[in-house]
Amino acid sequence: MAHQEGVSADAGDSERVSLMNDPKARGLVFQALLIIAVIYLVYSGVTNAIDNLARAGIASGFGFFGERAGFDIGQSFIPYTNDSTYLRAFFVGLLNTMVVAIIGIFFATMIGFIVGLARLSKNYLVQKFATVYVETLRNIPLLLQLLFWYKAVLSILPSPRAGGLEPGVEVVFNLNNRGLYMPRIVPEGGAQLILYAFIVAVVGWILIGRWAKKRQMATGQQFPVFLTGLGLVIFLPLIAFLVTGMPLSLEYASLQGFNMVGGWVIQPEFMALLLGLSLYTASFIAEIVRAGILAVSHGQSEAAFALGLRPNLTSRLVVVPQAMRVIIPPLTSQYLNLTKNSSLAVAIGYPDLVSIFGGTVLNQTGQAVEVISITMLVYLTLSLLTSAFMNWFNSSVALVER
Amino acid sequence: MNNKILSAVVGVTAVASLGATAASAATLDDVKAKGFVQCGVSTGLAGFSAPNDAGDWSGLDVDICRGVAAAVFGDATAVKYSPLSAKERFTALQSGEIDLLPRNTTWTMSRDTQLGLNFTGVNYYDGQGFMVRKSLGVNSALQLSGASVCVQTGTTTELNLTDYFKANGMTYNPVVFEKLEEVNAAYDANRCDVYTTDQSGLYSIRLGLSAPDEHMVLPEVISKEPLGPVVRQGDDQWFSIVKWVHFAMINAEEMGITSANVDEMMNSEDPNVKRILGKEGTFGEGMGIGNDWAYNIIKQVGNYGEVFERNLGASTPLGIARGVNALWSKGGLQYAPPIR
Repeated sequence: MAHQEGVSADAGDSERVSLMNDPKARGLVFQALLIIAVIYLVYSGVTNAIDNLARAGIASGFGFFGERAGFDIGQSFIPYTNDSTYLRAFFVGLLNTMVVAIIGIFFATMIGFIVGLARLSKNYLVQKFATVYVETLRNIPLLLQLLFWYKAVLSILPSPRAGGLEPGVEVVFNLNNRGLYMPRIVPEGGAQLILYAFIVAVVGWILIGRWAKKRQMATGQQFPVFLTGLGLVIFLPLIAFLVTGMPLSLEYASLQGFNMVGGWVIQPEFMALLLGLSLYTASFIAEIVRAGILAVSHGQSEAAFALGLRPNLTSRLVVVPQAMRVIIPPLTSQYLNLTKNSSLAVAIGYPDLVSIFGGTVLNQTGQAVEVISITMLVYLTLSLLTSAFMNWFNSSVALVER
Repeated sequence: MNNKILSAVVGVTAVASLGATAASAATLDDVKAKGFVQCGVSTGLAGFSAPNDAGDWSGLDVDICRGVAAAVFGDATAVKYSPLSAKERFTALQSGEIDLLPRNTTWTMSRDTQLGLNFTGVNYYDGQGFMVRKSLGVNSALQLSGASVCVQTGTTTELNLTDYFKANGMTYNPVVFEKLEEVNAAYDANRCDVYTTDQSGLYSIRLGLSAPDEHMVLPEVISKEPLGPVVRQGDDQWFSIVKWVHFAMINAEEMGITSANVDEMMNSEDPNVKRILGKEGTFGEGMGIGNDWAYNIIKQVGNYGEVFERNLGASTPLGIARGVNALWSKGGLQYAPPIR
């Protein structure tokens, strides 16, 4: 019995301390109180809003999603007409936002890495140019940059009719104030085979890469993975294109009536937004990249040189992997910023989510609470998804410590 | 640590109870208490609501604000203006940020019934039109198929445009902006072939373009656009005041009372004139304001005809004819119930 008492000595101790003074119990009580208060806050906020909306005679609910939108949208990646529903208009806006964000992230990363490396260059001109780029672009507000690209650069281009184009004559490339016109690739029967060939080539590249790595580990022999992969990606679809009897044709734009007709067009609003977002965010990414590379101690490269690695391999195998773990967390913030900053599109008339859904739909339906809540929820979801992806990426490049 | 949690709980509860305040109903009491009328206007549409050379707001819609201030306070200058985009306007009124919204706003059924708002009347009968460059060689809206069209978001214009092109089997490419100035700039930069909004707006906007003479308004009017002041639903007293400010201006024009002769008219023996000027009856008191309410409006702001001429008429750069906005007795649509 004495032994048993000895075993439960801990329990005996806590009995002696009153519940009021037990830090654990007090912590639990206060946390429970806080949760109740937060739930009450949300509950009273929601019921209060519903009550006031009903009292003010403002329609509420989400029924409007099924109604006919009745307005047109200048740029859409999914079929949309004015007979489509508000729900579809919402998806058009969402897609427009996501497209500009994803392409913007791609270009911002590319430019950012190049400028970041250029800032570390030993070439005086390259290094100074990169410094001027970073200091100029990151210190001017983004909205001003967007207005600059839209109003000062793209708006002053000539209109198609003033640009000396002959009506009906097809042009390959044309940049005017209605957009950048390029030939559109029109697929015909059998064209999907080219796409399949491309996918096979990409998968092949990855597999060859894995095989080559394994072989190098085992035998020390190297294999030209990049050149082989590039060859696959270029020639496999090309062979498919020739074998299937060239099922692709090009459609060119031409001036007809008021505007250019046909071809593939990138609208000036999209161009201005993409330019502004990419160049602005790239200036921050450049600094992040520079910081990441400088964070890798010089001894690491010296050690790599001592082992006989060439400079190219040194940076690819030693410096960059170690820099990545410093780069990725702040890089994630920049990606999130870029996505959220894309809502400035409303200032230059790009039909993004805020413009279509938080603007036109809100105004046509008058249901501010619902529309704004959904818009906020969408940005939250986009940010959390980006964050989750980057966290996964981060853990995959994190330093494995043994 | 526990103290921090405790204070967080207290803070959160305090915020929760603050959030539970109800929307107030008596706008007139609020307005009297703060001493001015908060008026929602456009961000600058010459003739309707725009700052003039001296920096004061003026225009047909602004004169509704001034009229309400004159009726309530006897002082037409007791107004503060909130410039609003088309998108912001209804939310600003619903939330109580402004007391009334005379902002060239089209009276439609859904706005009247679903937004918790009421239109008090029509102070300008308008219709939607198109403006193009003369160099396009277009003389009818039916030739506009394939054009890029600049339009402001959150307007009936955006919907009428869609309907019109659809009904006539034409296509177009919309370029949509939130702010009026952005639409103007885009059209001026030739981003679009066509500018569409209410015809009165087109005349006003044309004057602000870099070369007004190179542009023309097409003859087609594609919609009915009755523009009028808006107030919150559920406050009948305030609704009546705003409604009767407009009616008083029309009745005054009908009776020939102007800002110039209103003092003289005080001696008139005509019972109609005596009633409107508050010499007979207690019409102002019925609305909770002074009986000299209409006198103050006419004296300080003017009758509807004067207001129209001053802001839009032949003497202004806009030079818009009265047309359908003439009095009913002169072949127009402006008609007011009698003060009796």
